[in-house]
Amino acid sequence: MAVKASRVGMEVSIAVSIAVQLARAEAIAAYPITPQTHIVEHLSSLVANGELDAEFITVESEHSAMSCSVGSAAAGARTYTATSSQGLALMHEILFIASAMRLPIVMTVANRALSGPLSIWNDHGDIMAERDIGWIQYFVENGQEAFDHSIMAFKVAEDHRVLLPTIVNLDGFILSHVVEAQEILDQETVDRFLPPLVPYHRLDPDKPVTMGAFAMPELYTEFKLAHEMALTRSFEVIEAVWQEWGDLTGRRYRPVERYRTDGARVLLLIMGSLGEVAEVAVDELRAEGLPVGLLKLRLWRPFPFAALREAMAGADLLIVCDRAVSLGGAAPPVLAEVRSALFPLATRPQVLGYLVGLGGRDVQPGAFKDVVRHAQSESQKGPSQEFYWAGARG
Amino acid sequence: MEKFGFAQSTKFDTYASRLLPREEYFTPGHRACQGCGEALAVRWVCKAIGRDAIIAHATGCMEIVSSAIPQTSWMHPWIHVAFENTAAVAAGIDAALKVLERKGKLPGRRPAVVAMGGDGGTSDIGLQALSGALERGHNFTYVCWDNEAYMNTGIQRSSSTPFGAMTTTSPPGKKSLGQSRWKKDMVAIAVAHGIPYVATASPAYLFDLYFKIRKAVETPGPAYVHVLSVCPTGWRSATELSVRLARLATETGVFPLFEVENGRHRLTVEIPKLRPVKDYLKPQGRFRHLREPEVDFIQKQTLANYDLLLRKCQSPFPEFAPITLPEAGS
Repeated sequence: MAVKASRVGMEVSIAVSIAVQLARAEAIAAYPITPQTHIVEHLSSLVANGELDAEFITVESEHSAMSCSVGSAAAGARTYTATSSQGLALMHEILFIASAMRLPIVMTVANRALSGPLSIWNDHGDIMAERDIGWIQYFVENGQEAFDHSIMAFKVAEDHRVLLPTIVNLDGFILSHVVEAQEILDQETVDRFLPPLVPYHRLDPDKPVTMGAFAMPELYTEFKLAHEMALTRSFEVIEAVWQEWGDLTGRRYRPVERYRTDGARVLLLIMGSLGEVAEVAVDELRAEGLPVGLLKLRLWRPFPFAALREAMAGADLLIVCDRAVSLGGAAPPVLAEVRSALFPLATRPQVLGYLVGLGGRDVQPGAFKDVVRHAQSESQKGPSQEFYWAGARG
Repeated sequence: MEKFGFAQSTKFDTYASRLLPREEYFTPGHRACQGCGEALAVRWVCKAIGRDAIIAHATGCMEIVSSAIPQTSWMHPWIHVAFENTAAVAAGIDAALKVLERKGKLPGRRPAVVAMGGDGGTSDIGLQALSGALERGHNFTYVCWDNEAYMNTGIQRSSSTPFGAMTTTSPPGKKSLGQSRWKKDMVAIAVAHGIPYVATASPAYLFDLYFKIRKAVETPGPAYVHVLSVCPTGWRSATELSVRLARLATETGVFPLFEVENGRHRLTVEIPKLRPVKDYLKPQGRFRHLREPEVDFIQKQTLANYDLLLRKCQSPFPEFAPITLPEAGS
């Protein structure tokens, strides 16, 4: 199939909003929060100029942004929103309801640290507080991935085998505000890939339904189980859509991306935009003769157990880099999940965890090299801590 | 009001109950308490709304008594999301209908959008979402069921609980008279948004309620209707007195029935001679502890408020200068 696409340099936020435009989003409710603003500002101007036929609802809070999105999705409109940090936290209550009602809302989260102390800069503290909301959650590494997933997210979410809201996580500032070369597909190609939304249910006087009814104890558990099954089974559709996108664009995505993992005995695992920084560190360590490889966890929910276990095979040491804390807990979120995923295996690598890049702290390739060397030495003498705060003073 | 096809008069001799719709949109079998004034109001409000409507409802008594899976009392397409966000949900529905209609994806008539919530969900926790939706000018009607406390959670005070009332969080005691503040004026707050239609209504005056809801639904833009909802459980009153108490609330001037159309107040039910407030307070256990000085205070304050309302109704000046916004591209 011939694909028309133009390769242009543009800010990632703008590329995301163009993806949403190409997806023909119909209802966009948003409240401004740094660093999500450029995405919704551009969407607002697209609507104002008549380039996107949508309702842009300037709600008075993020709580209302998500509530409004639930309303517009329930009424049958293709619904998009974006937020960050405190805004995501304010949505918290409604995020669970949106997914339990099986509404295919798509949201970009420009990841940012949670207050306090107040920080507008990037880490994954905001989304890790929303792990269990029952949404599909992707992490992207660069602008192209952000653009691609912003379109694919609608296709997966709206599939009647899935019907789940979806978050595309992209690192605030580090990714959202950077200018990159990106391939922007044309409208015709996107229209072919993404047909108009066919709502499974919608609020319609000709066929009235009651949405958001309450469950007695006899039913609540089964509703949760059904939700879990839907989220787990969405994996097949996610894979199929990645395949279709790969055939269309030549860019094939996987739940766990690998970089120089052949023959690697030590593996780094990271999520988000730091993947490219870690690649540089891996290259340099490989040049020094160290058998290091890199895994990038793209799909956070549903958690890709099989893909992770397979990617792990052959490694002695796995180093998980977290970008969010779990204060007083056994491990930061990604470390906890990875350890849990590997625990049942008869042979598994030793898993050590490091906190990096909190609240916008810059992470250079040297930091990853330090982490790898430190982890190797800890591994040899036996870990002295449950996990480590990389580069923290005090 | 002629354009809505209704007579302006509040003299009921021109009305007959057989002229009201027989269709039931809030069906029997729900779990509301015996004598629930709110369920009665819901039933008649839904009749007035008519078939072509979508309802968003806040968490609260009416949601809980009517929507236990797998049953529902609602014949309308109906959605409940949470407690404090009903106006925002309605805003989303309104936005979706607008864009779908524009794109030719909405077969038939565009349904009316109605949001409903209790006094807590409206004047306390939902005030922000409501204010936002009113300000943005969504085409919807918000109906507040005011039973004057958090009845669903066990009769806790809200900002809509009247002065002196006993609730489980405003108990009378050696250092307490019961609810210590005067009731929040939600209607004035709605009016202050400069919206085209605001009204109070009561299930004791069904024709008045019916036509106000019709008017609210047919008014383009936001409309707000505040409905007194007698709660025998929370008010500690006899279940057979609910309609009587709702009528007494109006006859004593405690809950006057009026509307504010484009900022102009109009009394819709005139009471030639107000009854003393004690006629209204006495049958209610929640006011049983009040002594004469407090009752006198309530009487005086009620008359002062009523007098102010009459002045507003007589005033040649509207509350705000009505705005007709220019449209882009026209």
